[in-house]
Amino acid sequence: MTGILTALILLSSSGLICGALLTVASVFMSTEKDEREVAIRAALPGVNCGACGYGTCDGYAAALASDNTVKTNLCIPGADSVAEKLSQLTGAPFESVVERIAYVKCGGGCSQTVRKYQYEGCSTCAAANMLYGGIWECEWACQGFGDCVLACPEEAISIVDGMARINTRKCTGCGICVSVCPKGIIEMFDDSSRVIVTCSNHDKGAVARKKCKKSCIACRRCEKACPTDAIKIEDNLARINYELCTGCGECAKVCPTGCIEYSDFRGVHNINKM
Amino acid sequence: MIKTLTIIFVSSILVDNYVLTRFLGICPFLGVSRKLDQAVGMGVSVIFVMLCATAVTWPIQIFILDKLGLGYLQTLVFILVIAALVQFVEITLKKFLPSLHSALGVYLPLITTNCIVLGVAINNITDGYNFLESIVSSLGVGIGFLFAMVLFSGVRTRLENTGVPETFRGLPITLVAASIVSLSFYGFAGVIEGMLS
Repeated sequence: MTGILTALILLSSSGLICGALLTVASVFMSTEKDEREVAIRAALPGVNCGACGYGTCDGYAAALASDNTVKTNLCIPGADSVAEKLSQLTGAPFESVVERIAYVKCGGGCSQTVRKYQYEGCSTCAAANMLYGGIWECEWACQGFGDCVLACPEEAISIVDGMARINTRKCTGCGICVSVCPKGIIEMFDDSSRVIVTCSNHDKGAVARKKCKKSCIACRRCEKACPTDAIKIEDNLARINYELCTGCGECAKVCPTGCIEYSDFRGVHNINKM
Repeated sequence: MIKTLTIIFVSSILVDNYVLTRFLGICPFLGVSRKLDQAVGMGVSVIFVMLCATAVTWPIQIFILDKLGLGYLQTLVFILVIAALVQFVEITLKKFLPSLHSALGVYLPLITTNCIVLGVAINNITDGYNFLESIVSSLGVGIGFLFAMVLFSGVRTRLENTGVPETFRGLPITLVAASIVSLSFYGFAGVIEGMLS
């Protein structure tokens, strides 16, 4: 009988001690959770894309709550409406968000680029890329297995003619696709941009031309056509300085291979402002 | 003295690797081994919790349970104490070492009463280790766990880029891979005898 009693007493007393200890600890060592931080976190979209530079939405909320100098317009998927809410919560002045969109800098695909080999392995870009640098002759070509399609939270990307095409009208600018592309050929652009060079090939003109019909052959015709000197050939590839670009589209008109795209790239946040 | 400690340490890392030869702690081993940084975080948390748990449970067993002749309450009391301890450690870390808490915090509740933690605490008693030996043995087991996690996260990264047949995708192929890795650990059997002679 005493055996059961001691066991009972021991067990319940150790339970009591542990419970008491935890209660005391939670009272004495409680860390105050900032109510403003919770409210700020609730206002953020929760995509955890990292476009703000703080890694996660939680991180951005913590930074906003603790530091008044942190800007409220860093959340790109949230755009102006979130920036406005954040400004109200923190009391910081409202600044408009520069909306961004992602775009694939490749114009290749089945009808343009020359195939290097017949691939029958695991159908992801990452796997194909590990085998001799991918399935196309061009090392910078979109593999078209759709790693970015799976990653896109907005379903803005689709595979057309063997390469990824981004529907910028659906793009929120989170930049998740940029990080999953094994080729690193998806880039973020301000959605006010009107021209994008859709080629990433750094080969010399003649070599590039043999690999893909739509490659940049570094002919410099765009350089000459540009009225503001915004487009320059660097390392055999045309590159646009968007600070100087006026969006006139002259470069796209003269490009012999058609690798400069002239269009309206406005993303999901600005469609209604058309 | 040092010789026994070394033997305990090495054997608990390699020969008696808890994950790969005793199949304890399989849940975090399969769950968090997908990425290397997560695997390392989990491993370090396990080492930390194991050391705390052993340091607390060994005196409880020797000075309370054995004295009162209540050895059969071992499992119950250990679970209770370890669970409370981990909670307590989490609260303390949050207050005093927020940086460490943000690194280990996610994993601590996951391993509150994981079988590998409880297994080490109980095995230290059944193997008849003294306090120092218990601490060394749990450190070894923890490092062995970290070792297995890191090795296996490498295997899994490779697995992700192979064309696994549809029926085997996910957990099945992971378990098959785990069994092959654990088979390789049987190669360490006898290493300790070699060290002794």
